[in-house]
Amino acid sequence: MTIRKSTAMIAAITMLAVGACAKKAPDTLPPAPEGTGTDTGAGTGTGVVPGSQEDFLASVGAMGDRVFFDYDQYNVDAQDQATLQTQSQWLQRNPAVRVTLEGHADERGTRDYNIALGERRANAAKNYLASLGVDPSRIQVISYGKERPAEMGSTEEAYAKNRRAVTVIVGR
Amino acid sequence: MTLVRYLMAGVLATASLPAIAQDQSTAQPQPTIQLPQPEGPRESITGTLSNERTVIAIPALATSSVQNVAGLRTDSLGRQIAEVIAADLERSGLYDPMGPSGIPAISRAEVQAPRFAEWQARNAENVVHGFVDASGTGGLVVGCYLYDTALGSELVRKGFEIQPGDWRRAAHKCADAIYSRLSGEAPFFDSRVAYIAETGPKGNRIKRLAIMDSDGGNHRFITNGQALAISPRFSPDYKKIVYVSYLNNRVRVFIYDVAAGSQKLVTESANATFAPRWSPDGTQILYSMAVNGNTDIYRISANGGTPVRLTSTPGIDVGGSFSPDGKKIVFESDRSGGQQIYTMNIDGSNQQRISFGGGRAATPEWSPRGDLIAFTRMGGGEFRIGVMTPSGGGARMLTNSWQDEAPTWSPNGRVIQFFRTTPGREGKSSLWQVDLTGVNLRRLPTPQDGSDPSWGPVLP
Repeated sequence: MTIRKSTAMIAAITMLAVGACAKKAPDTLPPAPEGTGTDTGAGTGTGVVPGSQEDFLASVGAMGDRVFFDYDQYNVDAQDQATLQTQSQWLQRNPAVRVTLEGHADERGTRDYNIALGERRANAAKNYLASLGVDPSRIQVISYGKERPAEMGSTEEAYAKNRRAVTVIVGR
Repeated sequence: MTLVRYLMAGVLATASLPAIAQDQSTAQPQPTIQLPQPEGPRESITGTLSNERTVIAIPALATSSVQNVAGLRTDSLGRQIAEVIAADLERSGLYDPMGPSGIPAISRAEVQAPRFAEWQARNAENVVHGFVDASGTGGLVVGCYLYDTALGSELVRKGFEIQPGDWRRAAHKCADAIYSRLSGEAPFFDSRVAYIAETGPKGNRIKRLAIMDSDGGNHRFITNGQALAISPRFSPDYKKIVYVSYLNNRVRVFIYDVAAGSQKLVTESANATFAPRWSPDGTQILYSMAVNGNTDIYRISANGGTPVRLTSTPGIDVGGSFSPDGKKIVFESDRSGGQQIYTMNIDGSNQQRISFGGGRAATPEWSPRGDLIAFTRMGGGEFRIGVMTPSGGGARMLTNSWQDEAPTWSPNGRVIQFFRTTPGREGKSSLWQVDLTGVNLRRLPTPQDGSDPSWGPVLP
């Protein structure tokens, strides 16, 4: 019989890992969306439909629809609280509006874990809005994990903008 | 050294394979029992793998007469089957196939009477011969034989009566028989992969459920991409795929019925359900569910019913993979601070952390052989694929790139597929595989970008 070969080659590589931290995302503001609705005489007088996504963004600011988180964190800090307070004021002026809170993570986590992490973030923002008096039944939560980055780069700056919970108006 | 003849004739039914039966009746008497595999010494690798690969000549399979079966010519199929066999064996990293291009074709008569001296002169240690004939009932009869050229002896024979559209399976089964006979390992080529096909910009990827053979053949898209699809897993019988769909802007686990083309929810819940896995017998499904931001692992009958909650610690308990005996589950949890890997019994008892050392550990997958757990090691800004024992010992890394994620095992526990993502605005994901030695790293061909591979068992 010929002697057959078996492979027995082992690569043993260990590596160290350090959880990175990052600061909050800077407020770089894209152009405010154009209002397309009919002018009802309410709101800002720019043709924005009251209670719409455009109205919300006009009220809270173009990046006021989102709060940012540190790496693998989901606590709502003072800056997030200020953002969510502004959101809650608008939400209480528009009590019939329902919203979705979208939770997101940066690309440095595994897929399933990042969905769970996005759930944590969206729920943290939801719970804070509820603590301010917004009826939690108005708030749906969805986590996109790392599936929908806002910034495409693989830099700390991009990651900081991607670790976010975004409030989106879905209707009445 | 004694010459011993090994025969594996279990699949050769004389009724369906008259050609082989006739040949056998006129050849030397052959044992009808399967002889035990030799216990002789095995040669360990001392040099590089490329210097050690066995040269196997694989000429195009012969045909008794060129016929057209369902639009396929038997002589063309003979060449294509040889090409698939050669590609399978080459991809295993253990063999250096020669042919079918660039080597002589063989006659039908040579299939069982190889010109051993000529193949030896070409430095082929082994030669594969075979035939493709019309069955007479609209199908094909494919036979393949593995010979040792130095000994002049037959090592393996396999025969199949197949539908013409299944010719690639016949090739994979031939390759499996050859691989198993030469390596002593269980087969794995005749298996399928479910994965996610990706296109579009990074911020708005279109992700579709897709399936293919283990070599990328017979590729088929399942979902149309309108809803995000992630993390598919084939059921052990390949009839269903469990996966996560963002249909209607919700995160839910569905069971897709491959034959029916329909799907149903694993469980009705207002909460997000994700990270599904089958039990080895296909009767149970693990999934993770987030309730008010807290994710835990649940187990439910594949037919529905009341889910059983398996974890209850604060924090993220997610994923999960059954041991091949169905008695334990390996999963990940951040209860200690960062993601680490734990095992538990299938009722949730006896939860124990098994991953230690630097960095985080995620996406554990229990080997079908039970001896190892593959996982993603995160640290230093990189993801790598590693393996360790079920008690957490012997951890070693198999890959080294920016982001390698989500290992899945070949049916024989010798090869691991995963997906590799490149950084930056134009970052893409693609499917790769590496064997347990960590040296045979290859990219899998897919029509689009790919992620979340899930390798099923050897086809029934």
